[in-house]
Amino acid sequence: MKKLMLGNEAFARGLYEGGCKIASSYPGTPSTEITEEVAKYDEVYAEWAPNEKVAMEVALGASIAGARSFCAMKHVGLNVAADPLYTAGYTGVTGGMVIAVADDPGMHSSQNEQDSRHHAIASKVMMIEPSDSAECRDFAKAAFDLSERFDTPVIVRMSTRVAHSQSAVELHEREEHELIPYKKNIQKFVMMPGNAIRRHPQVEQRLVDIREYAETSPLNRVEYNDTKIGVIAAGISYQYAKEALGDKASYLKLGIVNPLPVEIIKDFCAKCETVYVIEQLDDIIETHCKKYGLNVHGKDTFSLLGEISQSIVREKILGETAEFAEFPETVPVRPPVMCAGCPHRGLFYCLSKLGVMVSGDIGCYTLGATAPLQAMDSTICMGASISGLHGYNKARGAESEKKSVAVIGDSTFMHSGMTGLVNIAYNATNSTVIILDNSITGMTGHQQNPTTGKNLKGDPAAAVNLVDLCHAIGIKSVRVVDPYHMAETEAVIKEELEKEEPSVIISRRPCALLKYVKHNPPLKCDHSKCVGCKQCLKIGCPAISIHDKKMTIDHTQCVGCGICTEMCKLGAIGE
Amino acid sequence: METKSIMIVGVGGQGSLLASRIIGNVLLSQGFEVKVSEVHGMSQRGGSVVTYVKYGDEVASPVIVKGEADIIISFEQLEAARWLPFLKKGGHLVTSTQKIDPMPVINGVAVYPDDIIEKIKAQGVDVIAVDALTLAEQAGTAKASNVVLMGVVSTKMQFDESVWQAALEQCVPAKFLELNKKAFALGRAAQ
Repeated sequence: MKKLMLGNEAFARGLYEGGCKIASSYPGTPSTEITEEVAKYDEVYAEWAPNEKVAMEVALGASIAGARSFCAMKHVGLNVAADPLYTAGYTGVTGGMVIAVADDPGMHSSQNEQDSRHHAIASKVMMIEPSDSAECRDFAKAAFDLSERFDTPVIVRMSTRVAHSQSAVELHEREEHELIPYKKNIQKFVMMPGNAIRRHPQVEQRLVDIREYAETSPLNRVEYNDTKIGVIAAGISYQYAKEALGDKASYLKLGIVNPLPVEIIKDFCAKCETVYVIEQLDDIIETHCKKYGLNVHGKDTFSLLGEISQSIVREKILGETAEFAEFPETVPVRPPVMCAGCPHRGLFYCLSKLGVMVSGDIGCYTLGATAPLQAMDSTICMGASISGLHGYNKARGAESEKKSVAVIGDSTFMHSGMTGLVNIAYNATNSTVIILDNSITGMTGHQQNPTTGKNLKGDPAAAVNLVDLCHAIGIKSVRVVDPYHMAETEAVIKEELEKEEPSVIISRRPCALLKYVKHNPPLKCDHSKCVGCKQCLKIGCPAISIHDKKMTIDHTQCVGCGICTEMCKLGAIGE
Repeated sequence: METKSIMIVGVGGQGSLLASRIIGNVLLSQGFEVKVSEVHGMSQRGGSVVTYVKYGDEVASPVIVKGEADIIISFEQLEAARWLPFLKKGGHLVTSTQKIDPMPVINGVAVYPDDIIEKIKAQGVDVIAVDALTLAEQAGTAKASNVVLMGVVSTKMQFDESVWQAALEQCVPAKFLELNKKAFALGRAAQ
């Protein structure tokens, strides 16, 4: 049976068919759906971990227990999980362990476009890369076998276009893999110097063995057509090349991207007149070729930045460009915005009004940095808002503590914000931290987290009480506000900024997109009262615009949150 | 058969994912190789969103580039203007007449162009403009604009209506099926 499947869904199918027993992940676009989909199979236990490091350690623990295990993350998540990864590279596995890491060339939903292949190289772990949904299924399944065969975690590198494209997938039955009997093995799994020093040569030998396998593996394949042009590519780049060049080129499609083979590449280069390495982001395959003295084109032709496409390949290699019509005027950009009814809006309006320095974090609320609110000064990585604020305040002194805040979402706080708050309490700055508790992990599409009281399956689970947690960390002043009530929220922020102690404000209101959230009827503007003062535009609500000098509310977007009524001094907005 | 390309463009939250799934299932049921490429995450939050559907005997790249789309389905006028360069010469543009101001227009730093549809037609493009929002509201909810547009597009493709009905049944949850069938029928009858 063939089914149209998202790359991530097909990946989950491959995990299921390959006998995966345990999956633990932290959501991150574009990797999230793999874990959501694998959770739908009763044979697989799946969970959301508080962060990627925890997830990978859970997967490694399950592997040591003899189960086929899995964890998924986005590219920057692998940075968080790098610590267990690099040592799991030494210990190897018992049950097959598969790690999905999804890169985001073009930064559709990320703060950088780092190339995860560097992590595979540095951790000396095998990495494979599929190019469509059918391969996602095949590679996920193959990854378990390869993991057990070579005693290594196997990273499967995804990219946005592979993860979020649907194509047809053939479904097969699940292969059950019983737990491998547990045997205590101190030399293999206790990584203290005396043992690790004996594991390292095995790690190096493993790379030699996998490279030898890569020379003949069906995951790498050659397609000979016209040999004037040769293309070496992996993943989605292969599909772009194939679409652009068709039979006009020959292809070496690499499924194994670490370690890279040598002989098949040499052979391919010898048979083709001009060879292009087409790879998104960094020049890893190209550098490998050049290390072996092969004359290939790579980043002299293609960019280190963003995504490649079939049109870029056509233009760069064949010199062909397409014809198209254009709209005769400038088309205004449409950047992403906080949704109508977003609980973050009221909070950010208060911060913008107060003019404080806002140390930001990763989530929907990063949109607080966009016009007209622009209430954010920095955003680096998960959790950095709180620790960064502490450093900022230590550097700038007591006065700065009264003019700066950190903002962080509930899920991000659980991920890696807590440790920063411990630091604030322990090393004492009178910093003010605002936890934007919208009762869900929002940006990635509504995943549960340790504060929501539900697990991945939606079943009841223990919920972290944020107030109690902050108290336990040592923060005495913890306040809860409703950001739909802006006057009260502003007053509380002012009070907490003035206090000579660290404080936490929990801005609590569920995400307006959550299904259980009941909306009020859309609001209307009474045009007899509206004078077109544009005060209401300052909150940056996408449902509000000015037409013919009067405010109008788009009834298809408005959820009646009422924030704009607080902005209107003339009482023109109502039901 | 040469690869055909359909683009679905709109504003995040307008339901382009469902639309692409419906078309994808229609095409798969007709024996084509199909690739559908979506955007998730940050860009979905009220930003300009685009979904690509490609089909044929063999499809390699899941994305559509400038000058490649046989049909563009737009949920909003400004988005039709934005993505116009992706339309192939002789291609069809199906657009809702709905207008949603983007934040730079709301903030007064940019202007929403006038008479977008006329200006696109003046480029020699075949445009079918439908008030999908009103029709969707007639069917029961503004959210069904996407399915109204599927109804319109179905008249521009060679497949039998029953094929579309089957795809609707596959993609829409049972409790919303009747409403969406109504929206589809209104779209189909719209021009």
